[in-house]
Amino acid sequence: MIRLEPAGAEALLLVLAEQPTPDLPLRIAALADDIRTELGALLTDLVPGWTSLLLHYDLLRTDHLQLAERLVPLLERWRAAPVPTVAGHLHEIPVWYAGEDLAEVARACELTVEQVTELHSAAEYRVGAIGFAPGFAYLGELHERLALPRRATPRTVVPAGSLAIAERQTAIYPQASPGGWHLLGLCPWRLFEPARTPPCPLMLGDRVRFRPVDEATYRRERGR
Amino acid sequence: MTGLRVLRPGPMSLLQDAGRRGWQHLGVSPCGPLDGHAAAWANRLLDNAWGAPLLEIALGGVELLAEGDTWLASAGAELDLSLDGATIPGWSRFAVRAGQHLRIGFARRGQRLYLAAAGGFCAEPVLGSVGTQVREGLGGLDGRGGRLTEGDRLACSPATFSTAASVPWRFRGDDHDAPLRVIIGGDAPDFAAEQLEAFFAREWQLSPQSDRMGARLLGEPLVAPSRQWSMGVSRGAIQVPPDGRPIILQADHQTMGGYPILGWLHPLDQWRLAQCSARQDLRFTRVDIAAAQADLHRFYRFFKS
Repeated sequence: MIRLEPAGAEALLLVLAEQPTPDLPLRIAALADDIRTELGALLTDLVPGWTSLLLHYDLLRTDHLQLAERLVPLLERWRAAPVPTVAGHLHEIPVWYAGEDLAEVARACELTVEQVTELHSAAEYRVGAIGFAPGFAYLGELHERLALPRRATPRTVVPAGSLAIAERQTAIYPQASPGGWHLLGLCPWRLFEPARTPPCPLMLGDRVRFRPVDEATYRRERGR
Repeated sequence: MTGLRVLRPGPMSLLQDAGRRGWQHLGVSPCGPLDGHAAAWANRLLDNAWGAPLLEIALGGVELLAEGDTWLASAGAELDLSLDGATIPGWSRFAVRAGQHLRIGFARRGQRLYLAAAGGFCAEPVLGSVGTQVREGLGGLDGRGGRLTEGDRLACSPATFSTAASVPWRFRGDDHDAPLRVIIGGDAPDFAAEQLEAFFAREWQLSPQSDRMGARLLGEPLVAPSRQWSMGVSRGAIQVPPDGRPIILQADHQTMGGYPILGWLHPLDQWRLAQCSARQDLRFTRVDIAAAQADLHRFYRFFKS
């Protein structure tokens, strides 16, 4: 059942599912596109979550009740829509697996460093949400053999481009920032660049594979 | 084009506008002034458009040199403001001539002063806004989230007004000690009833660890329920993390959050909170969402049209 709730004086929250499923990010992205097309003039921001979509609206143009009413047919259409068969765009991202925590992660998972790299780079991930920082894409689902809780003490600075894991997720930090995930490697590409269109290449529902590269390739592709 | 030269930037002076809208789906914070009420008045005094770029000066301690003739306006924290030694009243617009020194003292009451210039200060927008987001490295004079530094030049337009003007006292907001109003909602039904009661009954203090991202509360911790899936969050959301000490999201808030939410601060009180000093006592009271929306609607109607 879909729930529509106020989220403060200028936002409406759509709770679309109780649990995330592999198809949900792509379906939420489709719903967000539909709402943006139909009701974009009333909205300032649409923020997809794991199971939800938050609509920030312009109080001078609409209010909760009116917006809720206009959302009903869109939500009915969305519920009736078939599960998307088109998979999200596939990105192949180079990674130099030389992260600070690689050896520690291997030890904690009772694996060798090579096995960690292999397990991590063998999988195909999906962008489940974008948040925390500009262009920070939560990718799921990480192999259960690599699942570890977040570090007890977060680092005050994680370098830009760090590939990291925590629980059943993996992500790349687009900018240097504080962070509590385990660092496995470095990605040479810039994953958030405000001057580019779009600023962030990864979109909700996109698929991601990591391609292990050596230090020389990492340095050559740096800043792309 | 005229402008102001920055002789002393103060500890945390930031260029702000109406904020960075339309990019939260990529994790970009909305940013914007912490005290939207004082910022709106500073611009209104100069007949500037809503959200024209202005300075948010935290705590004060700024000195500027006028490089040409123009008009400026200030609103917000109570502090000493002088032009070549002559006192300038707060919540007013005033003329400056080339070569004059504007000195902004340290805040006595309130935390943030907004200084607007005729036509707004000029800067290249990043993702549609000049708002300075230090953590994300976006906006500001340098486009990379830099705070004001010595030697910066703030370009603005020349202007002519026939008279000075001030904001009437009754509109300046003097209800500093009134409880902050909260719209209950979000995960509130998952909190134990006595925990909700405790939030409103207890006295809280504003933590010195508060920043533009969130106002942190000190006090006897609450017992929070758990919530699993991160979702979009809005400004004013009162999050209760596992340590039980509420965090109220402010202008630089993250776009998504996973902590349970008890409700949201009334928008006009978010701006009042922005002027509270560290260790100040805070109390909360309930407000109906319809009443809060009506207040905000009235505010927007006045300032945006």
